[in-house]
Amino acid sequence: MSRVTVHELWKEYGDQVVLERVNLDIPSGEFCAMVGPSGCGKTTFLRLLLAMERPTRGRILVDGRPLPPEPGPDRGVVFQRYSAYPHLTVLGNVVLGLEFQRAPLLARLFGAARRRAEDEAMAVVDAVGLSHARDKYPAELSGGMQQRLSIAQALVRKPKVLMMDEPFGALDPGTKAQMYELVQGLWRDERMTVFMVTHDLKEGFTLGTRVLAFDKTRHDPDEPGAYGATVTFNLPLDEKAERAEIVARLPALAASDADE
Amino acid sequence: MGRRIINRHPGRGSALFWGALPFLVLVVLYVTFSALRLAENPNDKLLPAFASIADAIGRMALEPDKRSGDVLLWADTAASLSRLGLGLAGATLLGLTGGIAIGLVPYARAGLAPVVAVLSMIPPMAVLPILFIVFGLDELSKVVLIVIGVAPFLIRDLALKVAEIPSELVIKAQTLGASTWQIVTRVVLPQVVPKLADAVRLSLGPAWLFLISAEAIAAQDGLGYRIFLVRRYLAMDVILPYVAWITVLAFLMDWALRRFNRSVFPWLARGAS
Ligand SMILES: Nc1ncnc2c1ncn2[C@@H]1O[C@H](COP(=O)(O)OP(=O)(O)OP(=O)(O)O)[C@@H](O)[C@H]1O
Ligand SMILES: [Mg+2]
Repeated sequence: MSRVTVHELWKEYGDQVVLERVNLDIPSGEFCAMVGPSGCGKTTFLRLLLAMERPTRGRILVDGRPLPPEPGPDRGVVFQRYSAYPHLTVLGNVVLGLEFQRAPLLARLFGAARRRAEDEAMAVVDAVGLSHARDKYPAELSGGMQQRLSIAQALVRKPKVLMMDEPFGALDPGTKAQMYELVQGLWRDERMTVFMVTHDLKEGFTLGTRVLAFDKTRHDPDEPGAYGATVTFNLPLDEKAERAEIVARLPALAASDADE
Repeated sequence: MGRRIINRHPGRGSALFWGALPFLVLVVLYVTFSALRLAENPNDKLLPAFASIADAIGRMALEPDKRSGDVLLWADTAASLSRLGLGLAGATLLGLTGGIAIGLVPYARAGLAPVVAVLSMIPPMAVLPILFIVFGLDELSKVVLIVIGVAPFLIRDLALKVAEIPSELVIKAQTLGASTWQIVTRVVLPQVVPKLADAVRLSLGPAWLFLISAEAIAAQDGLGYRIFLVRRYLAMDVILPYVAWITVLAFLMDWALRRFNRSVFPWLARGAS
């Protein structure tokens, strides 16, 4: 369960306001597609959710509890820029997450434990269609392959909340369609809450169960940094079957909230 | 025809020729001037003939010394290399731990970066007398001089290299549940050790400088000690091969570090980025 609540969120860098008055209540398991003009603060919003940055004002709650103060395995991420480890092969990059989890001291697995972890990682590598490149280093992969590797890496620890920053920007239409299927399948199976930034409105409506549009509502021509962007549209796609399931789960969630 | 000179590349054989040419020129110049001077004065010591240099090499590298019973060149080499090795090892260890701490841990950066920046401005040779007073005239003071001379550069260089690791990679590790220690061992170390090896390569020159200076001032053996000892007798036939030998040793160390990077970190050479 991972319902994300954002309350009166502001983020300022110096005297530049990037985000202002962001209020959201995202039920667990929702797939949020985030759109908005370049530079309006979508990546900044993900960084706040990830706890890479602290909000200037306001609160973020996950399942009613304040967001942990630092990144952790409950919130996975696929960055806008490639984020695979250059010194590890494709398989090594994906196994790493399991090694962090299972070998606290050495962060290395050996023997049967290693083989088990490699099998698990290979399943994910297979799913993103990189099994033929399992022994290649990131520098030897194309942009789209690197991005798929980054997705595999984020999925192997099965996070409850997954954040993706333009994950499919570098992919051709065919691979894109494959990746949509993959991500949607994983999202359904793992019941993750997903936040995905995209510049492709169609992609947002295809994948999402909710579309969030970020934009500025106020402008000061003399001082462009005076006002920040906020969520101008918060559109649940109620006609989607997946969304119906999410809503169906809602009352139980509200009840458990009331207990606390 | 008419291609810019920046676009014209020598072939393999031609590159070899151009590489060897300056060496050949140096040898020819030496032989000519040596012959000229010796023709004028057969006792001239400044540019000894190759034959007398070969004699001196035989004396230093093959025959035991009458007084100590050691073969001097090898005894000097062993003494110098052990000082240099210990000094560089100490500096490398400090560089690695200090650099990673400063580059990765904000509190370590706050506490250590200023003091390292200031310490690195102290000319190491200026503190050599202090080292002699504190650590005595034998091995320790020479090793410490090399450490003091090289470590601040290594620490600062490595701290920069650690800070250059994209923050995405460190954040991603945290979202995969990594502890600080795991991030150091699996993310930071593999990426900065090759850079540390490069920094050590750049430090070889200063390290030799500190070693030879310290040996020239106070030592009973060592390559630097020998050069400065025989200088009193204008023994160019010993000094020249010693200098050549030091150069060869420095070159081999540089080459070994480069090989180390290439064989231990195969991913460095792969792919475009
Ligand atoms: N560390 C920072 N310091 C100062 N300003 C920043 C910082 N990070 C982002 N900004 C500013 O915040 C604003 C929003 O940036 P952000 O990266 O969130 O945009 P974005 O919506 O992700 O854009 P794009 O679609 O181009 O990726 C930009 O104007 C940027 O200049
Ligand atoms: Mg962005």
